[in-house]
Amino acid sequence: MSKSQLSLGSANLDIFSKTLIDLAEKDQDILVVTSDSRASGKLTPFGKKFPNQMIEIGIAEQNLVGISAGLAASGKKVFAISPACFLTARALEQIKNDIAYSNRPVKIIGISAGVSYGSLGSTHHSLHDFAVLQAIHNIDIVAPADNFETIAAIRASVDHPRPIYIRFGKKPLLNLHENGTHFEIGKAILLTPKREQYDVAFIATGETVAQAYFASVGLSELGITSCVLSFHSIRPFDKEAVEQAASRSKVVITVEEHSINGGLGCHIASFLMEAGIFRPLKIAGIPDEHTITGNQLEIFRHYGITQEGLMESAQNLLEKGPDT
Amino acid sequence: MLERKSILYRKLILEMILNANAGHTGGSLSCVDLLNVLYNHVMNISPENFADINRDHYIHSKGHSVEALYAILAEKGFYDREELNSIEKYGSDFIGHPSRSVPGIEQNTGALGHGLSVAVGMALAAKRDGRNNRVFTIMGDGELTEGSIWEASTSAAHYHLDNLVAIVDRNSLQISGKTEDIMAMEPLEEKFSAFGFAVRNVNGHSIPDLIHIFEELPFQEGKPNMIIAHTIKGKGISFMENKVEWHHHVPSEQEYRIAMQELDEAEKKLEE
Repeated sequence: MSKSQLSLGSANLDIFSKTLIDLAEKDQDILVVTSDSRASGKLTPFGKKFPNQMIEIGIAEQNLVGISAGLAASGKKVFAISPACFLTARALEQIKNDIAYSNRPVKIIGISAGVSYGSLGSTHHSLHDFAVLQAIHNIDIVAPADNFETIAAIRASVDHPRPIYIRFGKKPLLNLHENGTHFEIGKAILLTPKREQYDVAFIATGETVAQAYFASVGLSELGITSCVLSFHSIRPFDKEAVEQAASRSKVVITVEEHSINGGLGCHIASFLMEAGIFRPLKIAGIPDEHTITGNQLEIFRHYGITQEGLMESAQNLLEKGPDT
Repeated sequence: MLERKSILYRKLILEMILNANAGHTGGSLSCVDLLNVLYNHVMNISPENFADINRDHYIHSKGHSVEALYAILAEKGFYDREELNSIEKYGSDFIGHPSRSVPGIEQNTGALGHGLSVAVGMALAAKRDGRNNRVFTIMGDGELTEGSIWEASTSAAHYHLDNLVAIVDRNSLQISGKTEDIMAMEPLEEKFSAFGFAVRNVNGHSIPDLIHIFEELPFQEGKPNMIIAHTIKGKGISFMENKVEWHHHVPSEQEYRIAMQELDEAEKKLEE
């Protein structure tokens, strides 16, 4: 399959905004709380349609999260929206204490996540969010791969019983799923046909899933079999899906728009070791260095998170084993 | 009589801290009269109505002074007084800062500068829903150097939250010394006024003055309320008053006995 065989969807930001409008129409307890992020979050139409369901806090992320906790304590279904880079760094203590520790089921929405802001640089990148939030108890973590997963995750989050963090980028995405696909927070989705054995297991999350999918398609043309898991939920962590994919494969490649330290790959590596499933493994992500300047795709390409880079990683891993 | 309750609470605070061999003695003794008047005269909060969203709300933003709150919640009937014997013990819900695992506690606090934003959120929800309940929070004066307090203050004024009552326990000491030496924050009244609060000053240990000031709420329609309560760290125990080392010093057995004697004498004076 080539890229032309998948249709191009919208940017997740647009889809997010439309989904919120649909939901808010039926539920007046839904509140959108923003930190001067209604424009960058494409939420201006929401604010015009539901002025009483939007609360502006100004550029003050700590206050945004603290106020959201207070609103949630009063029964509101709160979407606290700000760029992922600021929300999960500057307001981390508020997320930890006011939301997670105090068990206020706020929906924390990190927009323009990962390296979506591209050449705006490291101040605007969120390559730490999976790592820091995974170290905090009682907050689920979701990174949808396409419009379908975004709509499904936002809908599922409305009455989600725990705090949840959902992060996505700003570029239009390819549609990876057919309508009617089952989506559940905490359950990975197998994008490829199920087999007894694979050469490679790709376990990818967020906007890198499409790249893993195309790598899988490219490898099949070379006679190399693989599976692709869209691992949209970093937490709850779908152990069963990882166990099945890895144990049926010769090598495992994890893919994420995040630092290679403390993200999906590290979690999967430690899980596989503890489960006694020993496979050569590659963590594809942003390495521990000053991130190269470029747009999102250029950064992906630079660090081998595109179809070509992932195919090469798979072939190397199959032929030579892990890097030494 | 609320004055007698204050003495009882002070005894419970010291007993808890002695028993746990840990705690924040000075700050609990400086805010206990405020909490006494709030819980016994001002706020509509009880074990019976705690699940009702229409009741008043209280957030203990200066979470380290939790012993004062534990004493009052026990006396209000949220749990048996005996449960306080487990404070800070292995596996206990009664940890050294407020946690919702303890009945009657609204929000987990302990890291400073968090309570006011959460209180703003609660007050905002009440306004939006047309409820007429109020949200109270007590902050430490050392806590005011946290920038998040001032972020929250802008929102309180912007949304005209006259149902929000923020109180500063102005005992003028913090863990390392005098608040004004650590980081000068005066003039507090002018600062909070400039941020849009209606501000009042009060003697934070005078029960009649506190009752009077709370009866004046809201101080000005459309403005959040700020009470600067002038207090004494370690209030009520002669050798603890205004002593920075009693921020989290634990009394020895002998100091505990002397403190109890002083409180007994204070109680006798009330009876005269």
